Amino acid sequence: MKVLLSGNEAVARGCYEHGVKVATAYPGTPSTEILESVVRFKDDVYCQWSPNEKVAFEVAMGASFGGVRTLTAMKHVGLNVAADPLMTSTSVGGDGGFVIVTADDPGMHSSQNEQDNRYYAKFAKIPLVEPSDSQEVKDYLGAAFEISERFGTPVLFRLTTRISHAKSPVELGERKEVARKEYEKDTSRRVVIPAHARRLHVKVEKRLQEIRAFAETSPLNRVEEGDPKVGVISSGIAYEYARDAFPDATFLKLGLSFPFPIDTARAFCERFETVTIVEENEPFIEEQLRIAGVTNIVGKEKIPLCGELNQGIVRDCVSGDDGKAAKAQVPPRPPVLCPGCPHRSTFFTLNRMKIGSTSDIGCYTLGVMPPLEGIDTCICMGASIGNSLGFEKAIGKDSAKKMVAVIGDSTFVHSGITGLADVAYNKGATTVIIVDNSITAMTGHQQHPGTGVTLMGEPTTKLDYIALAKSLGIKDARRVDAYDLAAVRAAIKDATDSPEASLLVMEGPCALLDRSTWGPALEVDSEECTECGLCLKLGCPSISKDEDGKSTINPLFCVGELCSMCAQVCPVKCISVPEKVEA
Amino acid sequence: MANGTTNVFISGVGGQGILLASEILSEVALARGMDVKKSEVHGMAQRGGSVVSHVRFGEKVYSPVIAEREADLLVSFEKMEALRWIHYLAPNGTVIVNTQEIVPSGLEEYPKGMDDGIRERRPDAHFLDAFALAKEAGNARAVNTVMLGAFSNYLDFSEDEWKKAIEARVPKKTIEINLKAFELGRAAGR
Repeated sequence: MKVLLSGNEAVARGCYEHGVKVATAYPGTPSTEILESVVRFKDDVYCQWSPNEKVAFEVAMGASFGGVRTLTAMKHVGLNVAADPLMTSTSVGGDGGFVIVTADDPGMHSSQNEQDNRYYAKFAKIPLVEPSDSQEVKDYLGAAFEISERFGTPVLFRLTTRISHAKSPVELGERKEVARKEYEKDTSRRVVIPAHARRLHVKVEKRLQEIRAFAETSPLNRVEEGDPKVGVISSGIAYEYARDAFPDATFLKLGLSFPFPIDTARAFCERFETVTIVEENEPFIEEQLRIAGVTNIVGKEKIPLCGELNQGIVRDCVSGDDGKAAKAQVPPRPPVLCPGCPHRSTFFTLNRMKIGSTSDIGCYTLGVMPPLEGIDTCICMGASIGNSLGFEKAIGKDSAKKMVAVIGDSTFVHSGITGLADVAYNKGATTVIIVDNSITAMTGHQQHPGTGVTLMGEPTTKLDYIALAKSLGIKDARRVDAYDLAAVRAAIKDATDSPEASLLVMEGPCALLDRSTWGPALEVDSEECTECGLCLKLGCPSISKDEDGKSTINPLFCVGELCSMCAQVCPVKCISVPEKVEA
Repeated sequence: MANGTTNVFISGVGGQGILLASEILSEVALARGMDVKKSEVHGMAQRGGSVVSHVRFGEKVYSPVIAEREADLLVSFEKMEALRWIHYLAPNGTVIVNTQEIVPSGLEEYPKGMDDGIRERRPDAHFLDAFALAKEAGNARAVNTVMLGAFSNYLDFSEDEWKKAIEARVPKKTIEINLKAFELGRAAGR
């Protein structure tokens, strides 16, 4: 039977069919739905959210030591967090099949950079498998496990946004169980003291040569015959774009693109006067060819390096035709903090108090947008706290009056805890604000160690941020009701006036978590409204001006009394909850 | 419909049910035994931002995205979102626009000239008030099935095929309202 699956769902289906026993991840667009889909098979596949990608990787590695097929999934920048175990685990190998899924984000639909993780395969010296659509995702995942087991190596399995989030038909199959390999102690392989590591490096180099020979004949790398005068080499999603751009060409499609099958590629290039290399982002394939002295190729001098490709861009760039249709001028429609968002109070207050923030990755990064404009910096997961401490070391202790750290609950658990330890240890006066909405919200509501629920839906322990801060030595740590603007302001004033470090936990569950908490929309008494515009400074999508310049609330958007921040800021108290009509 | 592939580009605002509409279209094509690819971006776009979904179907589909000037149908659930993406429409393509206006965050009122902008580029643009029709069907949130009905006129699937897919995809309690919304859209989109 054929069903429509996204690439991410196909990874999950592949986990099920190919006998995977353990799957781990930390959520991150565009990879999140992989584990959210694996959980459908939780009777056969144990799965978990880890606090971050490094831990997810290490748990998966441990499961591989335990002898079962294991998968860990992350977005491209997540692999940076897991890069430490990646670089060394690759020399260990030889246990249960181990596949690392990286979901890259060309075009940066929801990311801070456009790094091309194919280079991690080369850097870590492990095979790279690149499927192009959902059927290949499922099939190639099985091939990746076979390669992992046959050569004793982890395998990097690369998706991109348009593979992860595109749906295409997939033929479903049955689950095939894979027997667990019995664990045997082998310190020469699993304890990487220098004496062992030196031998392992030699082994890795030899292994690479063996896999390269395998890649030369692997069915994952195939020639698709077409016009004998037009040759194209491509892989991953770029292959699909190239196929549409050059429907009649002869293709070398690479599915196992590292170690690079240079003999196959060279022989292919020799058949044509010029071969076009179609790659999204970096010239990964092109570099391998050029290093090997193949010169009759055209790549990045024509195909753009920055941004996402599509068949139109590939076609126009190669033909030199710039026949793009003119875009109409339309005002932008940027994403914003939702109506009822508990994060709004923190950024509104910081803005009013003229305090900036080093901030972090999550929904709250939207606090950078006008009119809140409460964010000065945002670099990577967990950076906010260290950034604020460093800023303080440069500016002096008074810097807390100018700059605080703002981080979400999930991001704090991911990589903010060590930053907070640093603040305490190095005697910072930093004010750290955890905007705690009790969920990983940006990626679509995933549980984490601060929520008390696991991925498989079981109740579990719940991290206590206050007790954690106190144990680190931060005496001023307190919870604040995020929907109480006066309390938020008082807490930020206290913390930033204090010569010592403070932790404020702004508590308010994501307004989208439980719609039963929503009530009738607030109403503006336009007779009383003085058009001061203060409520508009909240940046709530429900509030706008009517034709007379009075504030008005869109009843389709407002979440009601739960939030009421606009009623709290109104100096003439003309915004209120509608009176209940008795039935 | 170059290379025998049909390209349907659906645009609108997060929360309008665009993804369900493109899901139903994809299921209809798959049930006919066609190859289908559908692509959209999750994450940032959901927070009230501009949302698009690409659906391509035919004998063999490669790319999951539609390039500029390739869309046979541009279906917009919101007026200014039609103009934002109109350069994706093929020269002989058709544009269907819901006249609903949703003020983008950061603006105090809806920008003027959107209708003219669309008509200037596509004098044959088809407009309908899907929001009013959805309310007439019984639920303001059925805008997506109204739009599905409207653009179904331009694709070669039977009313039965559409209705089967709708019944399979929408919540049980809302089947009746959604089928009514589909019919109203189909009549208005003709």
